[in-house]
Amino acid sequence: MLKGSVGLIALGSLLLSGTAFAQEKIKVGVTATLEGTYTVLGEDGMRGHQTALNVLGKKIGDKELEFVVASTDATPDSAVRAVRKLIEQDKVQILLSPLSGDEGIAVKNFAKTHPELTFINAASGAQETTYVDPAPNFFRYNMDGAQWQVGLGKYAYETKKYRKIATVGEDYSFIYTQVFGLVLEFCGAGGQVTNRQWVPLGTKDFASVIAALPDDVDAIYLGLGGADAVNFLNQYQQAGGKAHLMGGSIMIDQTILSSKGNAKNALIGTIAASGQADTWEDPGWQKFVKAYQDAFPPAKRFPSPSLLATNYYDSTMALILALRQVNGDLSNNQAKFREALAKIELDAPNGKIKLDSNRQAIGTNFVTEVVDDGKGALFSKVVKVIPNVNQTLGYDPAVFSKIGLPSRTVPECKKY
Amino acid sequence: MSLMQGTQLRSTPPTSAARRAFIRAWPEFENPVAWFVALILVIMPLIANGFFLIEIFGTTLILGTIALSLMFLAGYGGMVSLMQLTIAGFSAYMVAVFGVSANTNISLGWPWWLATPMALALATAFGTLGGALAVRTEGIYTIMITLAIGAAFYYFTNQNWAIFGGHTGINTVATPHIWGIDWRNDVAFYYVALGVAAICYFAVQYVSRAPFGLALQGVRDNPRRMAALGFNVNAHRVAAYAFASFIAALGGVLQVWNYRQISPGSVSVNACIDILIIAVVGGITRPVGPYIGAFVFVILRTFALDLLVKFGLDGNRFRLLIGLGFLAIVFWSSDGMIGLWERWRRRNTTASPRTRRGGHG
Repeated sequence: MLKGSVGLIALGSLLLSGTAFAQEKIKVGVTATLEGTYTVLGEDGMRGHQTALNVLGKKIGDKELEFVVASTDATPDSAVRAVRKLIEQDKVQILLSPLSGDEGIAVKNFAKTHPELTFINAASGAQETTYVDPAPNFFRYNMDGAQWQVGLGKYAYETKKYRKIATVGEDYSFIYTQVFGLVLEFCGAGGQVTNRQWVPLGTKDFASVIAALPDDVDAIYLGLGGADAVNFLNQYQQAGGKAHLMGGSIMIDQTILSSKGNAKNALIGTIAASGQADTWEDPGWQKFVKAYQDAFPPAKRFPSPSLLATNYYDSTMALILALRQVNGDLSNNQAKFREALAKIELDAPNGKIKLDSNRQAIGTNFVTEVVDDGKGALFSKVVKVIPNVNQTLGYDPAVFSKIGLPSRTVPECKKY
Repeated sequence: MSLMQGTQLRSTPPTSAARRAFIRAWPEFENPVAWFVALILVIMPLIANGFFLIEIFGTTLILGTIALSLMFLAGYGGMVSLMQLTIAGFSAYMVAVFGVSANTNISLGWPWWLATPMALALATAFGTLGGALAVRTEGIYTIMITLAIGAAFYYFTNQNWAIFGGHTGINTVATPHIWGIDWRNDVAFYYVALGVAAICYFAVQYVSRAPFGLALQGVRDNPRRMAALGFNVNAHRVAAYAFASFIAALGGVLQVWNYRQISPGSVSVNACIDILIIAVVGGITRPVGPYIGAFVFVILRTFALDLLVKFGLDGNRFRLLIGLGFLAIVFWSSDGMIGLWERWRRRNTTASPRTRRGGHG
């Protein structure tokens, strides 16, 4: 114990000495899911972040950006713990956080206790984060899960002629938001969602879920991500499943499409919607894909950036461009910086992005179909591009607020 | 003002007549190391800044208190319960459910002085009930039953939206404001945590020497003989669970005040096992063990990633470093950090003739 106490004192004095240096750097804290079910997503998010730094550089006038990374595991607790560590120990001034839906809700609430700092959402996409009681210092440059599903319902109904579908999704806010967007549009067009199954995040055994999938539907919508999605596909194939599939934004994504093994082949032909499409011809997108591919050796990246890489790229880009506009001026509780963040219009690789009054992105959405490139690699091919998707999905805000917040049973399957 | 709270416990002057009896009951008052540690803990806000104060020492005190409840059960009762964190989590959830939070459709909005006792009472009842189930078994079966309770609670909170808020959990839980002080303010909260930890520590210390604690240790060593002597073995065990549950519940209240939110990740099976690790690493023979274990645990958990990156290694492997650290401690000493300390002291006492009995570092 004596040893311990001496250690404590040494630790304490270490800390005191650490704060003495002058600040010529702007410290930014970054969180990513580097543990648990969404590890692969977090790692690719960090690649997107690194790509942005390669392209844009770290210099803000005469100051330099310094990044401190903390790891989370997609649970809200881990996100709050990581953010607190970044703020209190590493003394970051700006946060680029978090990755996953429920983390976003927790970090947004936490942001209110630190009004002097600015939070830029890295990739999380739950609707509630910016729609309900938004924090004035929390900015989100990616669309939410419902926006990312715009176009899918209509395409499934009108082009693919699906009439009845069932959904399987992870039991948390982001997937609720995704299913929310899908159901609104699909049921609005006249389709029926007969069954919604929810599995806990991190489920490994899908046997009972697969057994309970209804047979009398035209397609099954999968709102899964990371390890869960791969596990589901493996077991679905072993069980001999042959239904048409539809996918959520992190299901039909390079994090799954470039997984090992051939279970992913079940996804060929699957329609999906997301904030990006791998094969989009747009020169800005192609440039980004090239920058991403050049930044990492093929074995240490996906063939093409995932949605997470794109989101981290966009949020890092917003951070750097806004900081440059104000020349790194963070005085007066970062007021100027925030003004710049609110006004900035990003010419992002996945289309133009601007913020609404809740500091939520209005952006471009893509309906895609999974194709094989002939060499065994899967990509999402653009079917339709929908610009200017806002958080109320084109609905009148009053009507939209009556639908309710995304949950297991909301929205009902009807025309609003 | 809150400083008083911390010192009071330690500085109560014993009357001269009762002094010897007192010293026998509380040997740490004779131990200069204990005084030194107490002093350091009390003046900690002068030494450490916000991060170290709360994230390291505050968290150590909270996790240590929860692990203390396990130490009490395992060390004095011979019952390894893996549901101590679940009880703490239950209490944390109850604070959020009965108190004030951003989830207005769940939280009942009671003031903290009503919500907290309610949470403590319910969590104690919950733990006692779980204990009543577990006492019918022994050894590995106790572990299995309590682990099952923990796992069931985790999955329940994950999927129940009406009361527990599902995977999202309950956010922005209100913390007490009294006498114009925000008790979640770093320094104030540190003293609250320190006060609670000290009370729990001394309570366990006291109970371990009270007739109940002695009988419990008898039950641990030879339940059949204790039953033959007329002790109700199961009643003693259930009472031990009730006492330990209350301590764990206190830890849970502190935890929810600390993070202002609670969600299933906090009560996951991994977190339950973390508490066991803390208790084992610290040592389960003395009440101070869990606090030492918690300190080691928190330090490793917080700095393993930074350390790896500093040495130019892949930061993603930080869990491995944590595991190796624990493995090393348990390998060198089957009784955790306390065992190491004791062995080190024994070697010193053979060199110098000055001996102390039963010092509690």
